[in-house]
Amino acid sequence: MADATAPFQPADPGHRNKRVGVILAGVAAGMVGLAFASVPLYQLFCQVTGYGGTTQVASDNPKGVIAREMKVRFDVNIDPALDWTVVPAAPITDRIGNVDTVNYIATNHSDKPVTGQAIFNVVPDKAGVYFNKIECFCFTEQTLQPGETVEMPIVFFVDPDLDENRELDTIKEITLSYTFYASDNEGS
Amino acid sequence: MANTANLEAHATGHDHASHDHHTPTGWRRWVYSTNHKDIGIMYLVFSIVAGVIGGLLSGAMRLELQEPGIQIFHGLAAMAYGLEGDSAIDAGKHMFNVFVSAHALIMVFFTVMPATMGGFANYFAPLMVGAPDTAFPRINNVAFWLLPPALLLTVLSMFFEGPAGALGFGGGWTAYPPLSTTGHPGPATDFVIFSLHVAGVSSILGAINLITTILNMRAPGMTLHKMPLFAWSVLVTAFLLLLALPVLAGAITMMLTDRNFGTTFFSPEGGGDPVLYQHLFWFFGHPEVYIMILPGFGIVSHIVATFSRKPVFGYMAMAYAMVAIGFVGFVVWAHHMYTTGLSLDVQRYFVAATMVIAVPTGVKIFSWIATMWGGSITFRIPMLWAIGFIFLFTVGGVTGVVLANAGADRALHDTYYVVAHFHYVLSLGAVFSIFAGWYYWYPKMFGYMYSEFLGKLHFWVMFVGVNLIFFPQHFLGLAGMPRRYIDYPDAFALWNRVSSIGYYVTFVAMLIFFYATWEASRKKRPAGDNPWGEGATTLEWTLSSPPPFHQFSTLPKIDSKDAH
Repeated sequence: MADATAPFQPADPGHRNKRVGVILAGVAAGMVGLAFASVPLYQLFCQVTGYGGTTQVASDNPKGVIAREMKVRFDVNIDPALDWTVVPAAPITDRIGNVDTVNYIATNHSDKPVTGQAIFNVVPDKAGVYFNKIECFCFTEQTLQPGETVEMPIVFFVDPDLDENRELDTIKEITLSYTFYASDNEGS
Repeated sequence: MANTANLEAHATGHDHASHDHHTPTGWRRWVYSTNHKDIGIMYLVFSIVAGVIGGLLSGAMRLELQEPGIQIFHGLAAMAYGLEGDSAIDAGKHMFNVFVSAHALIMVFFTVMPATMGGFANYFAPLMVGAPDTAFPRINNVAFWLLPPALLLTVLSMFFEGPAGALGFGGGWTAYPPLSTTGHPGPATDFVIFSLHVAGVSSILGAINLITTILNMRAPGMTLHKMPLFAWSVLVTAFLLLLALPVLAGAITMMLTDRNFGTTFFSPEGGGDPVLYQHLFWFFGHPEVYIMILPGFGIVSHIVATFSRKPVFGYMAMAYAMVAIGFVGFVVWAHHMYTTGLSLDVQRYFVAATMVIAVPTGVKIFSWIATMWGGSITFRIPMLWAIGFIFLFTVGGVTGVVLANAGADRALHDTYYVVAHFHYVLSLGAVFSIFAGWYYWYPKMFGYMYSEFLGKLHFWVMFVGVNLIFFPQHFLGLAGMPRRYIDYPDAFALWNRVSSIGYYVTFVAMLIFFYATWEASRKKRPAGDNPWGEGATTLEWTLSSPPPFHQFSTLPKIDSKDAH
């Protein structure tokens, strides 16, 4: 076999194959890594772009108020594992840019202290990037004593830049929705 | 071991008279096999077994959907769980979803992929590039033997608790959370996840083996640009496997830890996002559909050229069209997700990128037709399947362009229109390419010729059957019938009945297939080295039928003027 019919084979084809094989296995491992790297990247992407109705956090509204009005509706969902009732705030209509404060009212119906955590987003999704919260109970976990009722405030404003987004021209109301989950640390 | 020893013998310059005495026999030949042809045959047998299971599952679905109302699944549930009355009906509804999910998983991972990238690629890619075997024969063996346990895990999942009080995983092959996490607390989902892990490892090992073989072990003079199109299609597909499957593995691993170890990758209460899973899944899932069809492109190219007695038209365009499809296939995944709240600009991009794929695909269809144009065509059985493939795949491609439009997709998303679309490209397209390859290479693999009449009968009955199943589903989808439901309003009764009749016709076609295979093995008509004549120009036809246990102990030399 060491004749002229097989001159292309280097002295050790097994070694050459091993090198390619190892490189390819590395590519596969790298793709697994990329899949996991996508988790923080995706979160970052949602926060920056408001993708999927991710809302923004701000300390105040530097951009002023415009004439266009926006109705903001409030919604709540509760995980069946959490024995609370939460009454959402009434809808309010205000000029875009005004800072408003509303209250959710939560009651713990169980006979022990329970910690809840709320997660949230807005519809339409594309309005998320313009929805700024200055203060919100959703930023921290809430612990309610047995039978306790608390008011949970949200201070927010709608960014006037919303008016420049042609996709949102027809939008007259934004719904802010909270879903309450039982937190793992059982009221401690 | 025998094989690696031989490869070393080649390299170190022993004469090749000492080869054959290593040939193992009996069960050792198969279980310990490191021979790419034996492993290829095992893959094909495995694919047929899995295909029968997957096909029977769809038969239960078509029986159920033949008429409005719930016909058989409450009975099946009563038999399986011993339930009665309403609880049997509820269990039956879940069981229907279990059947849908298992059918999809088995057909995708255990029927189509083992047939194309396992069977034909292992058997014929080394032959076509003039290699004595694959680069890593032992890994090849491991890759195959991972598959039966993977299939077993999927089948077993149907008998373990999924949702509380019901058996099996009913979340579809996409397995979106939260249905597959909090919606299925039982171990059935974990069985499916493990099954996909094992099948994924098998495919990645197979891909590494095939890429290395094709890159490193081509015969002297066989440059990449002289390599047969089937080898090209295997190369591109193997790269898709290598890049896409690890992402699925990552996504389902996250799901596994979400389910069992308290992580919250996909659960919003911990800051995760279920939609992230959809992105990851479809980043794998879209290339996956090209993984299933690209080897078929390669097979059909050879068959069309062989039976037109012309070299394939536009060889370079054909090869690079597959490369282009592979590349673009990775950047169109969100066209499965138009309804998840993507911004208009993102949707515009995915619509445009998706439609771009129609261009290289069109190049391929055009080139097949141009190959036939002016050729001296003989309508032998492989050619019938290849032309059937071109026709059915084009129908599926056209409905794909329709679905690529985000606007139209609003109405058609998750309807039977989508079901019809992907069965036209896969169940009809990919499966027809597999049968085309089967009838094209059967005489090479087994040394015998099948009955021309039975082969033709199989083709025509199957062609009528599958079209009867799936063409009416376009109408059902356009009329608004959603997929993955056990029941439907009376208005959809007619086309569902036609579709079910189509299933029975296809079932008969499969009986003809098995009979034809049995008949061929019994009659033992010798096929000869090259039953297809001067049109069959690739290297496998220079060997005996079946090829020797070890081929090309003297490597073939490819002339610079040789056609592909």
